[in-house]
This record gives sequence, C-alpha cells and structure tokens, in this order.
Amino acid sequence: MNNNVLLEVKNLKTYFFLDEGVVKAVDGVSFKIEKGKTFGVVGESGCGKSITAHSILQILPPRGKIVEGEIIFHTDGGSVDLAKLNSTSQEIRDIRGKEIAMVFQEPMTALAPVYTIGNQITEAILLHQKNVTKEQAKQRAMDLLGRVGIPNPEKRVDTYPFELSGGMRQRAMIAMAISSNPSLLIADEPTTALDVTIQAQILDLIKSLQKEMGMATMLITHNMGVVAEMADDVAVMYLGKIVESAPVEEIFYNPKHPYTVALLKSIPKVGKKIKGRLESIEGMVPDPYNLPSGCRFHTRCPSYMKGTCDQSEPPEIEINTGHKVSCFLYGGR
Amino acid sequence: MNSSILLDVKGLKKYFPIQKGFWKRKVGEVRAVDNVSFYIREGETLGLVGESGSGKTTTGRAILRAIEPTEGEVLFNIDGKLINMPQLNRKELKQMRKHMQMIFQDPYSSLNPRMTVRDIIGEPLLVNGIARGKELEDRVAELMKAVGLRPEYMIRYPHAFSGGQRQRIGIARALALNPKLIVCDEPVSALDVSIQAQTLNLLQDLQEQFHLTYLFISHDLGVVEHISDRVAVMYTGRLVELAETEELFKNPKHPYTEALLAAVPKPDPKYREDEKHLSGEVADPSNPPSGCYFHPRCPYAKDICKQEYPPLVNVGNSDNEHYVSCHFADKLSLAGVE
Repeated sequence: MNNNVLLEVKNLKTYFFLDEGVVKAVDGVSFKIEKGKTFGVVGESGCGKSITAHSILQILPPRGKIVEGEIIFHTDGGSVDLAKLNSTSQEIRDIRGKEIAMVFQEPMTALAPVYTIGNQITEAILLHQKNVTKEQAKQRAMDLLGRVGIPNPEKRVDTYPFELSGGMRQRAMIAMAISSNPSLLIADEPTTALDVTIQAQILDLIKSLQKEMGMATMLITHNMGVVAEMADDVAVMYLGKIVESAPVEEIFYNPKHPYTVALLKSIPKVGKKIKGRLESIEGMVPDPYNLPSGCRFHTRCPSYMKGTCDQSEPPEIEINTGHKVSCFLYGGR
Repeated sequence: MNSSILLDVKGLKKYFPIQKGFWKRKVGEVRAVDNVSFYIREGETLGLVGESGSGKTTTGRAILRAIEPTEGEVLFNIDGKLINMPQLNRKELKQMRKHMQMIFQDPYSSLNPRMTVRDIIGEPLLVNGIARGKELEDRVAELMKAVGLRPEYMIRYPHAFSGGQRQRIGIARALALNPKLIVCDEPVSALDVSIQAQTLNLLQDLQEQFHLTYLFISHDLGVVEHISDRVAVMYTGRLVELAETEELFKNPKHPYTEALLAAVPKPDPKYREDEKHLSGEVADPSNPPSGCYFHPRCPYAKDICKQEYPPLVNVGNSDNEHYVSCHFADKLSLAGVE
C-alpha cells in the first residue's frame, strides 16, 4: 500500500432518516487524501460535500447516520477506521481538532460570541496538549494569531469575535484549527463569506501554512476558481456521488463527465467575455427524496442515452492514471 | 444631454448618521455613497462592482428612492422629459416607480411566504390599478411564461419553489409594470452555478424582449463582465473607475481595479501563484483615510495620495470614455486580464 495516503474513504454512505423519508446525502463515495496534498471537493448545494466532511469528523446532526463504508485514517501510530467510532467516544475526540481540524464557512457563527478569541484558542490548546500551563497556552495563542497575520496579537487575543472583521475572524478560526499541528485540515467553504481581496489573502495564508506545516487539506467549495488555485486533486460531486475525480489539470483541461464539462462552461470567466448566452445546465437538481433511477445526472444530461443511463448506475472507470469518471460514455454498458 | 441617456446621476450622496446616547446625539456619519456620478444609456447594462461596504447597494436604492438620498440629482428621462427623482413628492414618486423596479439578492427573504405567486406577481398591477380579476390573472400567466415558469403554479406559495425558480418569481414581479430600468442587486449571488447561468441568460433574453435597462450590482467580476456593457468600480462610497467592459478588464487604470482583477480565483490552474495580492482591508466609510481612500493599500501610493483625493477624470476619448480617479492614472501601466 502507498505510504503517502493519509485518509482513505471507501464506499461511504451517510443517510438522513427524516419523517419525510430517507435522504441519501452521501451515497457510496470513495477517495484518498495524500499527506501534504490539497484535495478539492466541488459541487452545488445539496450534493453532499459538507456531509462527507462532517462524516469524517463524526459531527453529523442527530438524524444523520453513517450506514456503510470505511474512513481509514493513517497516523504514525497505526490506522483507525473513523466510521466505526462512536461520535462521543474518547478516540474520536482525540482525533477531532487535534489530528483533523476544521475551518467553517461562517466565521461569525462558528466562533462563540461570548468568549474572547484568545479564550477559544487557549481552550483548544489545553484540551489537546499535555503539560501546558494556562500562561503558556495563552502565549502560544498569541504566537498563532501572529502567524496567521493578525496585527497586534497581544491586543487582539483579548477581543471578542464581533470586534473583528470577517477576514480577521476567519484568520482566528484558522489559528485555532492549526493550534495542535493537525495532519489534515478540512476547510468547508472557508472563503465563501468573504470579499474577493480578502478571499485571496486567506487562500494565500492556507497555502503558506500548508507548506510550512506539511499538513494535508480537504478543501470543500462550490467555486471552480478556488479549486483551480488551490487543489492538487479534485473530486466533483453530484447528488451524493463523486462523478469524476482527477488531478487538477485533468479536471480543467480534460474534463470527461458531462456534468463537469457543463459546470466549467456555465461559469462566466473573468477576461474571457463570450458574446451572447452562457451555456447552462438545463433543469434543476432533483428532489433528494426522489432520486432519478440509474445515473443521477441523466435528467439534465446533454448526452443522455435512453435505455442505458436511466436503467443502471454507471460504474467508475479509470480512463487515465488517477482520472476516474462514472459515465456510460466511457464504457461500462 | 444626449437623448439616449435614460438615467443621469449627478453627485449622489447618502450619509447615514451615527447616533449615540438617549438623545440620539449625532457623533459622526457613514458616507455610504459619496459624490457618485454616472449615466446609463437606454437599453444598456451598467455593472456596479465593489466589495461589501463599498456602497453599491446604497447607490441602487438611493436612485429608486427606496432610501432618501442626502444630496444629488437623479435625472430620469421619460419620453424626452427629464424628471429629477429626489424632488418628487409622494404622489409623483408613485407614478415614477412604475418605470423602475428592483430585483433582490435573496430569493428566500424577498418574497412574502404568505402570498401565493399570483398575489406576489399581481400586486404591482393591483396597487397601480392596472388590472384586476381575470385580466390580472392573464397578465400574471403571461409574465410567468416570460420568465420560464408554468402558469399552473400560480396558486402555489413560494416555499414550493427552488431558489432559482423563486428568483424568477422576483423577476416576473419586477417586469409586471413594464419598467424601463431594473436595478438588479446581486441577483445571482445566492444561486448555484448551474442555476446562475440560466438566470443570467434569462435576464439577457428579457432585456432584448422588453428593451430593459439594467443597473447590475454584483461583487462577482466574472458575472459583471459577462452581462455588462460598461462597468463602474466603487471603493468606500466613491466611484474609482468607469469604462467600457472590455477596456476596464483589459486595460484597468486604477490600482484597485487591477488588484480586484488579480484577486479573483481563475478557473484555470495555470494562473496559480503568479499574482500579487492586496494586503489590508476595505477602508471604514465612517472614518476614511486622508487623501485617496485607497492609499493605505495601494502599492503605487506616493505623498500626494495621502493628501488629496484625486478627481474622477476622463482619460479616454469622447467615443471611448474611461473615467478614473487616481493621481497617476496616465503614468501607471497596470495589468488587466487577457
């Protein structure tokens, strides 16, 4: 087995058991994240990208359950299957926030409003590191704030989240996430709530921290531009499944799945003005309670083949090294 | 004034007071929109870009008098007659409102959840006494078809629709009175990429069909470039640059525009790491820096930038106007996007 693999997700299925029915939010997802690399997950709202991340950390809402699959996390001490752990067990608590840390989209709601940012970072340090006094932890919190580019960390350590701007809050969140030198950072839409110039700063920060600390990043976003800028490998999700995964150049220069192709064509690109209409994907994302049979994209697909796509699910086919696509156009019929 | 100009905004200002204490003593003001001037030609789309807090939404609202402007002229050309919006009384304003409508960002909060789609789209017709009963229903059906919704769904409530469909309802409501100008305030920001493209196409089709003029407010430069004929860039309540879309993107003259263009993540891995990014944050409009508001973040700032606010001047020619507010507009050579 490849020793560089840090996290391996195999056939993960996370379902929500609601009164209205079962929502198959994540339905058979497999991928690998290598040490020190950035793995990008893209997709539209409701495709299951965030739920995949929440499954890894076992922070699903009460109605959500991992019903099948493995999440194997390789550490120096051996490998653990996170999917098998109880969400309140000590084992997952030792990994959550320490080995695998997370940065959320909304820096205002993800930070507690009634504690200073210093308090919150110190708490994370005291929880995960042994033999650290409160004073040392606070000192370390200040170092971290300085490291993520917050000016005057000695002063800012005692401020409350509402006193900081959106970009500064996101920096504070990142400081908290990296406080225990995690080997994997999960960033769930880390820049979606931010302005473009601030977004660029935060992305630069994540990149440089990653280089410095050698941590891997799982970057969840709906923004193709952010993926192109950051990721080494990319997975494109649609309705709970990965439809295509490949190294970043392959996704952008040689996309194969009709959904990926359409997605790339439908974004207006800066500097490439096309006269007239954008190519758009017809229709809308189907109702999650009532998923289409066969390939889930067939209802909107321009290359839909009647009798094939609506009958069975397309298998995953490796068409190039590391480039996998689930579509009958490339075989499997 | 050129007759093909529909809207001429001159020196528009909107200051919000900062109040303190029980007596609401005024202790300062937020200059949300500060001396903004531009015009929009009939049938054109003017894009208005800027980061949050730059005053783009306030500009849009002050034009429609959805909020009262503090100062300035908003001249509307209705069949050759110039009407100055800020001077109208309530009755006159109601008449003028027919000609201008707004599309909002959030399709979830901009539709009343207790009204059916028929009532939502029909309300402007009812309020203005244009149609009632069967006639109203026919008109609503027509509008729903125009925006790509099935008229049978007229009796449903907004919750039964997806985000993209709700945005279409909002668009149909805006179209109900055959307006001349539509202020689109981030109309696609809350939508998914695939739905975003559909909505942009719809807006373009409708513009052609109904000869609409758009003021298109957005923070997404890709979207603005796609839809706009000309683009205006705002920073801390002021207009810093205005030019034809292609000119502005290829040949920006203001350092802020250059920085904005560089900051957009391009959906192409080859652009990685070849850009310098702006440091610092957007200036505070209640306490703006001295001189040019952008100087603390500007890589080209000189002494004069700290002292004087540069005027907005035309550095292009009369056919190809290019307004920019920078002391060094003609000296700097800035990078656009190819």
